[in-house]
Amino acid sequence: MLRYILKRLLIMVITLWIIVTLTFVLMVTIPGSPFNSEQSSNETVQANLERHYNLDKPYHIQYLLYIKSILTFDFGPSISQPNQGVNDLLGRGFPISFELGIVTIIVAVISGIILGILAALRHNRIMDYLAMGVAVLGISIPNFILATLLIQKLAVDREWFPVATWQGPEYMVLPIIALATGPMAIIARLTRSTMLDVLTQDYIKMARAKGLSPWKIIFKHALRNALMPVITIMGTLLAGILTGTFVIEKIFAIPGMGKYFVESINHRDYPVIMGTTVFYSAFLIIMLFLVDIAYGILDPRIKLHGKDGD
Amino acid sequence: MKELKNTETIIPSNIPDEWFTKKRQDKTESEIVQRPSLSYWQDAWRRLLKNKLAMLGLVFLMLLGVMAILGPVFSPYEVNQADLPNQYQPPSKEHWFGTDSLGRDVFTRTWFGARISLFVGLMAALIDVVIGIVYGGISGFKGGKTDSVMMRIIEILYGLPYLLVVILLLVVLGPSLTTIIVALTVTGWVGMARIVRGQVLQIKNFEFVLASESYGTKASRIIRKHLLPNTMGPIIVQMTLTVPSAIFAEAFLSFLGLGIQAPYASWGVMANDSLGAILSGHWWTLFFPAFFISFTMFAFNVLGDGLQDALDPKLRK
Repeated sequence: MLRYILKRLLIMVITLWIIVTLTFVLMVTIPGSPFNSEQSSNETVQANLERHYNLDKPYHIQYLLYIKSILTFDFGPSISQPNQGVNDLLGRGFPISFELGIVTIIVAVISGIILGILAALRHNRIMDYLAMGVAVLGISIPNFILATLLIQKLAVDREWFPVATWQGPEYMVLPIIALATGPMAIIARLTRSTMLDVLTQDYIKMARAKGLSPWKIIFKHALRNALMPVITIMGTLLAGILTGTFVIEKIFAIPGMGKYFVESINHRDYPVIMGTTVFYSAFLIIMLFLVDIAYGILDPRIKLHGKDGD
Repeated sequence: MKELKNTETIIPSNIPDEWFTKKRQDKTESEIVQRPSLSYWQDAWRRLLKNKLAMLGLVFLMLLGVMAILGPVFSPYEVNQADLPNQYQPPSKEHWFGTDSLGRDVFTRTWFGARISLFVGLMAALIDVVIGIVYGGISGFKGGKTDSVMMRIIEILYGLPYLLVVILLLVVLGPSLTTIIVALTVTGWVGMARIVRGQVLQIKNFEFVLASESYGTKASRIIRKHLLPNTMGPIIVQMTLTVPSAIFAEAFLSFLGLGIQAPYASWGVMANDSLGAILSGHWWTLFFPAFFISFTMFAFNVLGDGLQDALDPKLRK
């Protein structure tokens, strides 16, 4: 167990290092200095700015300073919004995005599993086709299109829900539907196929033969095994939801991390882009690591050896 | 003895003799295979034909391909032909899909968008396949130390958040058709390589490969003639599922302002442009690109699912 965790930890650190190095290399290769804009065309000002941000030092020193600043959770300054760093944006935006993301995951997992179980139990009947129809639609419609459709139908035409900004639970409904539908569909399809597989296993027949109640069989015996593949794709789903927040926050004008990220892309505010990318990547990679460990702990069939984790 | 008794009781004795057809008893004829022999691909195709949803997807994609090529040719309008007096015209005889905020013909732009989306999707999938086959093939075939080193590299790359890396690359390289495809494939091939490697690893231990090896067949020929054809099924399935994710990524990036730039039009760009227009009720500017993105992804997804069932040798009857 410990060896496995250590091995995963090592891979995680290498992946993080690659992301940090990649962002640094890309930042250096962008032509021109980040201060080459009209306002600071004065050469002395520019030299001072460059000295302030250590841009006058050789690349290897800059690299070490960059690594050091990231290790101390300082993700750099912002150019388009003076006197503000990426840390300030993170402090303001991240809690909102985090709230949005967590509720989305909970909604997606619960509804996806319910849909998947219903489809598997009513295999090749109307409920199955209905659930899988919803799932295929959910996978096919991109979240940003679903979001605009929801706004038009439920916020503009009907005025059932308020949109724009983030002031209470009623503001959360539409963004969460838009964001959760895709992951829900993926979870539903996966739960269905593994449930169908598990339900034909001998130990389920055994449980039936023992006379256990159908609900006990589903929840105690079948579901536990059927959910293992769902855990393995949690990492990918998290990544999808996280990138999904970029567009959803842009469309619904939610002042979260994603909105700042998209704005920084549109302003070509390189330090903010790089800083947030490193932050997002670190967040995701750590989540992926935790998911892996959780999988190892939950699945009794996997003995966590350091060798051969495939 | 007991079993015999059982069968006797199951078969009723009052069946008239003419219901039975007599089977030839001589040895040579009983060896003849009754059903026509079908190759793996014929069998798969036959099964795919039976899958209505997958066929719907296939037909839609073929029509889309034809329209992507011919649509703009037939239309009297240019992609970026602005016509400000005629902005936000609803669908009519002159403009089948209406016009957008600059009076551009949505019909023409939709088929141009189809070109871009299909091109990005197919190119990304193709490049993924080439890199994935080479990398996964070598890793799986060589095995041992080479395999474990190559797999560690994949494991590390797999942890990189795909769209974030793509965004980062596009910000630096500048958005264009080529950079989008490059950015999508830089990390996209990893999944394909994993699948190819897994397949090769499994197949290389089968007896027919051993037999071929014992004839003294060269490694390169074994890979080409035995390993690759037998991994084709999962590769094709993965390809059909890569295309919609690449199309989604392109639309997503265009929506963020990192995608295709003018003079090209893509579905993502069109959806992004019409974001403000739907609030004022000009639904058609969003509806057509949105419908085609969704239906194309739907078509590829159901086709991929259908192929997965059709190409699964376990399901062969």
